Amino acid sequence: MVSIQNLHKKFGKNQVLSGLDLEISEGGIFAVLGPNGSGKTTLIKCLLGMVIPNKGSISVMGENVKNGSAYRHKIDYLPQIANFPSNLKVKELIKMIKDLRGNTTLDQELISLFKLEPFLDKKLGNLSGGTKQKVNLVLTFMFNSPLVILDEPTSGLDPISLLRLKKLIQAEKDKGKTILITSHIMSFVEEISDEIVFLLEGKIYFKGSINELKNKTNQPDFEHAIASILTDNHA
Amino acid sequence: MLKILKYSFYDLMRSRWSYVYFAFYLLLGIVLLFLNNDLSKAVITLMNVIIVLVPLIGTIFGVMYYYNSKEFTELLLAQPLKRSSIFLGQYLGVAISLSMSLVLGLGIPFIFYGLFKSTAIWDFSLLLITGAFLTFIFSALAFNIALSNENKIKGFGYAILLWLFLAIIYDGIFLMSLILFEDYPLDKLSLIGTMLNPIDLSRTLILLKLDISALLGYTGAIFKQFFGTNFGLIVSIAMLTVWVLMPVFRIIFKSKKKDF
Repeated sequence: MVSIQNLHKKFGKNQVLSGLDLEISEGGIFAVLGPNGSGKTTLIKCLLGMVIPNKGSISVMGENVKNGSAYRHKIDYLPQIANFPSNLKVKELIKMIKDLRGNTTLDQELISLFKLEPFLDKKLGNLSGGTKQKVNLVLTFMFNSPLVILDEPTSGLDPISLLRLKKLIQAEKDKGKTILITSHIMSFVEEISDEIVFLLEGKIYFKGSINELKNKTNQPDFEHAIASILTDNHA
Repeated sequence: MLKILKYSFYDLMRSRWSYVYFAFYLLLGIVLLFLNNDLSKAVITLMNVIIVLVPLIGTIFGVMYYYNSKEFTELLLAQPLKRSSIFLGQYLGVAISLSMSLVLGLGIPFIFYGLFKSTAIWDFSLLLITGAFLTFIFSALAFNIALSNENKIKGFGYAILLWLFLAIIYDGIFLMSLILFEDYPLDKLSLIGTMLNPIDLSRTLILLKLDISALLGYTGAIFKQFFGTNFGLIVSIAMLTVWVLMPVFRIIFKSKKKDF
């Protein structure tokens, strides 16, 4: 599905990714974890072609990322910060993204799932953070692409919406999609992910299931396992 | 690209600033025409305003629009769209909506005044054309500055400096060098110096079209010889086009290599 070889990226003097190799097979939920500044967002942005790597190659479903922008039809991306043009109404934004990417009918379903009907005629500048995130989620999931990338999907959501989101992610997984998630909320990661990828200092430190991680670190629970990696490596 | 252009344009057309800018020119046009009653004097006053104000507004608006729509640009970058079409679309959206405010704002009062029956129509059209050119040039330069500077304050600073340099400081240096080297023949140098600054170029172009070059003395005569002819006009328009194209190509080039 996704194959990354020897990825290097430097921002000024700051080496963020140093020779990262990663293979992600088709289907399942993968959580990308790591301390602040370990390169999670950079990795995702490289995948999307927003950050241009210094070295290395990335291919998504057999297509090299460097060769044009068409491969992004196969990716749905939820960015970390949802800031939309404040003059637009929610309805207009959804219409506009559909216009740019192609038509879909899934948006109605998602709007009712997140109970966004009362906000459709409001301007995006007047929405609360959580409501913006819901709009963001609708925009992400409405295209039904085989690869879904979610950067901190839980931020700003109330408990009910969080439950709906978890259900939605599970449903997407059952359709056979590959889902890539970054999050700092360990309970959320533990609950939904099939496999985790742990980044440390620009490289993959660990890739495998949560149980494998617990065995490797000799810790009884997930949170402590992660903490022990970080203390052992003085990160 | 056309889709991005369409949305940027609509977005700007709805913002209050486009109306303020439009209303300003409308008011300026009405006041100058109906209080002045002399069309060619009105055109000269307008020229003085346009030559300074249009570049300033173009620069500030361009920088502001780029920084304000940054997050939205990131949303677009994750879509299956080409980078060059995203940035060119946004740039054209800004430049076209600003030019429209200018052309409509000044054009409407002039039409009511009876422009079509007057002989000043060519001078006036030239004024609007150079105004539109200046908008395109300076918003492209502003996009370049914003693309190269992540820091908003720095970006704004450089943009203002650029405007200050081309609108005021350049003339100062130009004049000083003319005084300093007055013993030498300077007609070629001053022609080239004028060509290299889009603001000076526009000003000279309009002044000479208005047939007041006699005020400019010997150099004026040489300028008249050059700019007053069709050849000079074509060269000047070509030069203004180059001034638009250079920064536009840099937008394409720079946006391809940038990390977001």
